[in-house]
Amino acid sequence: MKWEVVIGLETHVQLATRSKIFSASSTQYGAEPNTQANEVDMALPGTLPVLNKAAVECAIRFGLAVKGHIAPRSIFARKNYFYPDLPKNYQISQYEIPVVSGGIIHCMVDGEPRQFELTRAHLEEDAGKSIHENFLDPVTGMACSGIDLNRAGTPLLEIVSEPNMRSAAEAVAYAKALHALVVWLGICDGNMQEGSFRIDANVSVRPFGQKEFGTRTETKNVNSFRFLERAILYEVERQIDILESGGKIIQETRLYDADRDETRSMRSKEDAHDYRYFPDPDLPPLVITSDWIERVKAEMPELPQDLRQRLVEQYGLSEADAEQICQSRATAAYFEEMVTNLPQGQAKLAANWLMGEVAATLNREEIAIEQSPVAAKALAGLLARIIDGTISNKIARDVFAQMWQSGERADAIIESKGLKQISDTGAIAAMIDEVLAQHQAIVEEYRAGKQKAFNSLVGQVMKLAKGKANPAQVNELLKQRLDG
Amino acid sequence: MSTALDSFASVRELRAALASRKLSAVELTQQLLQDIERNSVINAFVDVRAELSLQQAQDADKVIDDPAKHPLAGIPIAHKDIFVTRHWRTTAGSKMLANYVSPFDATVVNALNNAQTVSLGKLSCDEFAMGSGNEHCITGPVLNPWDHESVPGGSSGGSAAAVAAGLVMAATGTDTGGSVRQPAALCGVSGIKPTYGVVSRYGMIAYASSLDQAGVLARNADDLALLLDTISGFDPRDATSIQSCLGQANAPGRILKQYQAALDQVEDHSKPLKGLRVGVPREYLGDGLDQGVASAVEKAIEVLVSLGATRVDVSLPNTKLCIPAYYVIAPAEASSNLARYDAVRYGHRTSSFDDLEQMQARSRAEGFGDEVRKRIMVGTYVLSHGYYDAYYLQAQKLRRLIAQDFKRTLTQDCDIIVGPVSPKVAHKIGSTSNDPTAEWLGDIYTLSVNLAGLPAMSVPCGFAKNDRGIDMPVGLQLIGNYFSEAQLLAIATQYQKHTDWHQRRPGVSK
Repeated sequence: MKWEVVIGLETHVQLATRSKIFSASSTQYGAEPNTQANEVDMALPGTLPVLNKAAVECAIRFGLAVKGHIAPRSIFARKNYFYPDLPKNYQISQYEIPVVSGGIIHCMVDGEPRQFELTRAHLEEDAGKSIHENFLDPVTGMACSGIDLNRAGTPLLEIVSEPNMRSAAEAVAYAKALHALVVWLGICDGNMQEGSFRIDANVSVRPFGQKEFGTRTETKNVNSFRFLERAILYEVERQIDILESGGKIIQETRLYDADRDETRSMRSKEDAHDYRYFPDPDLPPLVITSDWIERVKAEMPELPQDLRQRLVEQYGLSEADAEQICQSRATAAYFEEMVTNLPQGQAKLAANWLMGEVAATLNREEIAIEQSPVAAKALAGLLARIIDGTISNKIARDVFAQMWQSGERADAIIESKGLKQISDTGAIAAMIDEVLAQHQAIVEEYRAGKQKAFNSLVGQVMKLAKGKANPAQVNELLKQRLDG
Repeated sequence: MSTALDSFASVRELRAALASRKLSAVELTQQLLQDIERNSVINAFVDVRAELSLQQAQDADKVIDDPAKHPLAGIPIAHKDIFVTRHWRTTAGSKMLANYVSPFDATVVNALNNAQTVSLGKLSCDEFAMGSGNEHCITGPVLNPWDHESVPGGSSGGSAAAVAAGLVMAATGTDTGGSVRQPAALCGVSGIKPTYGVVSRYGMIAYASSLDQAGVLARNADDLALLLDTISGFDPRDATSIQSCLGQANAPGRILKQYQAALDQVEDHSKPLKGLRVGVPREYLGDGLDQGVASAVEKAIEVLVSLGATRVDVSLPNTKLCIPAYYVIAPAEASSNLARYDAVRYGHRTSSFDDLEQMQARSRAEGFGDEVRKRIMVGTYVLSHGYYDAYYLQAQKLRRLIAQDFKRTLTQDCDIIVGPVSPKVAHKIGSTSNDPTAEWLGDIYTLSVNLAGLPAMSVPCGFAKNDRGIDMPVGLQLIGNYFSEAQLLAIATQYQKHTDWHQRRPGVSK
């Protein structure tokens, strides 16, 4: 039987606010345990939550970016369950009315542009952390569980997709695009190791052509794209194996174990909590006026899909080049700064350099474009020397390497190293004469009809010119001399 | 029994005496600490720390010469043990928090500290403010100063008893379903619960968040005005506190200014309530209302009429529904609010357990009393999957109907609503323990006000005999429209100018 895979993702995006969603504590990662938990985070008697407007603005940004519906009035609810690192023993979340509903994520799958629909995005607070391993009671020295509430109350935007993905590759493409978008919008630092972007994958399979969904499992807290792919592939195979051997899928929550590359059961539906959701009486409805939305909109960066479109229309770039340049806001900004410092019509050259030499060097040095020692304007200075014929593309690569090392400007390096290209027709003609005189044999071969001999003669002229002769001129003059 | 406060009829009178240095705040505080000790049988106080009170009195004495700037400096008060305090223990009447000390003061406590009042400590209440008799409490029942065999009412029973016994001039309380008004009525003192959101709930241990509101108990309405004004105001730490009350900023000064204006407005001093339409809901005078209570309330309404008011018979048809609505919504919120007491970070932890679940289950079973456990179970049930729509959502609909009753009546028929606070006078301690719902039915006249979020108060209006023939105080309830605290206080003050029920003291005169 042929099986169809159905995947929906729920992503917890940690919002990049300075303070927590319902208290004034810092959200900075990595502090000493429980040093960033105040009385509200610890749920001391008498404390009350107050909503952080910055978290709401992150949600509005996201809603605008995915062109979803931003609810003029949404409700915070309490999700009740007991867990020691959930201090109130309820999580404040949004249930019936989320802040954002609908919306679209754009991404590329196998070089083709695709769109995936979102169900909703809602604001909620994170829990703290339990530490069960290698933790000793500081008083008795006995093994025990430790609780760190620094993360408790960190703002999250939970983004839920429709179950519209049909392969692990689609799911990964969606997740990468979503990750790039939230970082682009400045609402998430995107740090997956620190848990700023965590994915739950809902996976089921069904026979091709069947309308009803199969029973799904939810694999929780996947924190890398590679693990996401592995977890889905494993889960799909496991489910198909069960079904093909006549078994039934149990609806359950599973965990991906990267060391063993497998998912395993955490809890089944029978153990599922009755969360007893009800509107949180401590928080009035979240009212978002159109004025507020307009203010947030005014501060928004240009969206990746809009920028991509503009790069194609304004600079004549190909879709693929535009897509690559829009991988991050910093890359796009670098590109645009280069182009504005170059003569018109040179965008393609800028794009080639950015995605070629610059990207390769950044990759090799493992640094981000923001840290590049060669600024966009400086690189434009180098490209200008290619455009005006001062140096060849090949020489420019050497100059770029030196700019990277020394931080000097292109012109200074060209000047001091005498790399200026020879474009003087007389000088080139003289070198051609010298080469022709020295390599009579090759000239004879050319005259006998061997085209390769021509290239060999060009090579000899360039060698004589130490690479600095203008290659187009050398070609033209040599042809004239031989054929004329 | 007599106390150091016997010779002062009001906060203003006592403040004047302090300003004239007839006695210092420190002297007064010392005497009251002895009075509290002597009257310990009342069991109103659960934590007294002489050195802290005396320190506050010393500080008050430094500004005692300037009553205009510090109108409450040196005034002895105490806090219901539901407000968290940095220096006194905060137990909420529960074993769960038997030794809990808060690292911060409630906003209400802060406001009264800043006003240089002197706190004499913490006052007993029903466990987590759940109860109407101050019987559900780890420190044992509080006695009604009028009859030591009777309850003082609840849940702010310690507050009412301490004011009635003359141990403090005023006390803070909280009112979720009548917990300020009912004990005030049963102990013969005055009490007010303002509009929901006028006073911050920050630092008030939550019972039912959408109904909880802080209030004050004192000897008379004028004292209430001074204290309520001080603790009112928008608080950025409470998202449900109100920024603006009908165009006026919610800040100290508003209530007092409006109250004074209402008093100054009076032209005919023999008919100060001229033009006031007083609505008497027929549902408040029907079955279940004790005859003696009914007669005292009727007489009080006659006094209001004699002062110029017009009596209007009105109807609040959904009154009876307030009991099912309240006893679904309040337990639902409580079941969630009290989930934080899980023995993990603070509070009672059982001595032996095998695993986490057992630790939490046992600690909660041991730490919470019967009434609290009952309400947590009811609340958990009504929020459960499959029951939510039938109970919680239905109750919210009833809540809207009840609020609409008041809205219609207070816009079309009358300016304020009056009636009894409690259908009966204070009952005998322990007498309701075999009937788990009898106590709940006693809240029928007070619950609606919380469901609607309206301001209301209780003022002493006479006495009625209990089942042992003892005269016990009766309270008159005044219910106003949203943000009409000042109007209610001014009406109550006019009533108290022409009656002396509020001046009666237990063991002194009846």
